[in-house]
Amino acid sequence: MDSTPTYSSPLGVIAALAWRELVRFFRQRNRVIGGLVQPVLFWLLFSEGLKANALGYEHFFPGTLVMILLFTAIFATISVIEDRNEGFLQGVLVAPTQRLAIALGKVLGGAAIALAQATLFLLLGWATGSVAIAGPIDALLVFAAMTLIAIALTGLGFTIAWRMDSTQGFHAIMSVFLLPMWLLSGAFFRHGAEGWLGGVVTINPLTYGVAALRWRLGAGETAGLPAEPLCWAVTIGFAVAMVASSWWVAQRR
Amino acid sequence: MVNPLPNHAIQIRDVRHRYGDREALRGVSFDVTAGEVFALLGPNGSGKTTLFKLLSTLAPVQSGSLAFFGHDVAREPAVVRSLLGVVFQSPALDKKLRVEENLWCHGRLYGLKGSDLRQRINEGLERFGVADRRRDVVETLSGGLQRRVELAMCLMHQPRVLLLDEPSTGLDPGARADLWRALSEAREQGVTVVATTHLLEEAERADRIAILHQGQLAALDTPEALQASVGGDTITVRTTDPQQLANAITAALDVATLTLDGAVRVEANGATGPELATQLYGRFRDQIDELSIGKPTLEDVFIARTGQRFDN
Repeated sequence: MDSTPTYSSPLGVIAALAWRELVRFFRQRNRVIGGLVQPVLFWLLFSEGLKANALGYEHFFPGTLVMILLFTAIFATISVIEDRNEGFLQGVLVAPTQRLAIALGKVLGGAAIALAQATLFLLLGWATGSVAIAGPIDALLVFAAMTLIAIALTGLGFTIAWRMDSTQGFHAIMSVFLLPMWLLSGAFFRHGAEGWLGGVVTINPLTYGVAALRWRLGAGETAGLPAEPLCWAVTIGFAVAMVASSWWVAQRR
Repeated sequence: MVNPLPNHAIQIRDVRHRYGDREALRGVSFDVTAGEVFALLGPNGSGKTTLFKLLSTLAPVQSGSLAFFGHDVAREPAVVRSLLGVVFQSPALDKKLRVEENLWCHGRLYGLKGSDLRQRINEGLERFGVADRRRDVVETLSGGLQRRVELAMCLMHQPRVLLLDEPSTGLDPGARADLWRALSEAREQGVTVVATTHLLEEAERADRIAILHQGQLAALDTPEALQASVGGDTITVRTTDPQQLANAITAALDVATLTLDGAVRVEANGATGPELATQLYGRFRDQIDELSIGKPTLEDVFIARTGQRFDN
């Protein structure tokens, strides 16, 4: 890749695009509702409904946290399609910027929004006693896992959205791919499900993110979870792979 | 570097472009002189939008070459981009951001920062008369004001060439006049302006016009020279059987005729319009429903060069 000094400073570009994501987000109240209120509602309904099956608020907490990250990532990256159709993206593409900087600006901006929403939910969980974080190291690791998952999911959304011309197409992918990915990540069902379902859960990278959170949140049963180092390795790999694929698609259109 | 000729802002050499089987550009070559206002005129499907995409570095060059001040678009895209300001048909403004936030974001994309960036934002807003709207969210502004904000934004990094795609789309006549005043000002400051358009009256405001037709260059000159090249006045005759009348006129008066849309067009080469009209009216009075004389327009130029009406 050509990296002559005629390109604008990548950090300046990343910061400007990420800042734009944040400003846009906080000006659109309905996005706060979609990204935060809906998952919280699901959390209440699932937890109340399945209390009898020994799956309560604690069990659903890490999954809901990941759902907030997922929904916010989706809403943040779906705007790539709007940006393309409305003309903003063309303006960015004709500026002397590197494609990696464009992808990172969008992904990190979206991830920051997701992280902010998830943190609010974490405070709610702490206030209601649904999570019991043991100490500062655990808290740090929870944040690290949330950050990695946010980057991975925003990168995944960016990779899907970059090639699309309509938001309808993105909604279809969300229903048949992203939501099942969440359902089969140990967020909903207990890990260790038998048969083919268990196989899907095992190869789903999000499973390890949910498990990494479950290990440190003190929410729900940890028996039968994948080993913690494996959870971290897969989650870091997932985030790196999704940033790389964002970069890759951004160079191709 | 491609050996820039002095004073040449843009050099386009034998550019071809295909979309699948369809050839949108079929070998286009021309130069744009530094400091001029240049119009790319053509109906829909003429290839002007494809040429715009190639010039703005948004589409990959398939064949031929394009260079800005000697910097090749395909080989040095970053250098070319830093020389360009691009105004797209759909505004590149973020409608959810305030006016000044848009300019700030744009400046950062072009590597501006700190007090320099702040100063250029202020200058741009002053220059385009939108300083009092700087805190307004863009979607609350009228189309004309949005266009002004966009021009301020696209000129703030001091590009040497300003590319505009159908800049007056969606603007009322007042805003159009504003736009062209702004483009003239930009030229006075040394910016080369290239605008695509499908509006004949808009192209007339340019220093030079390139007319594109079916992916090829049909004409290139100043508006005056193009109109002069058509020759004298143009006479349009409405009649029930144009082809028959056209043949009869050619046979009787030995002048070139063209039938278009149920009318016969005759160019008054050599003779003046009124003289020829008198002759026509004298000989074919019974066949003529309506006869009009006009000075040659860019539309006549287009018809003379392509044999077709300028339709969109």
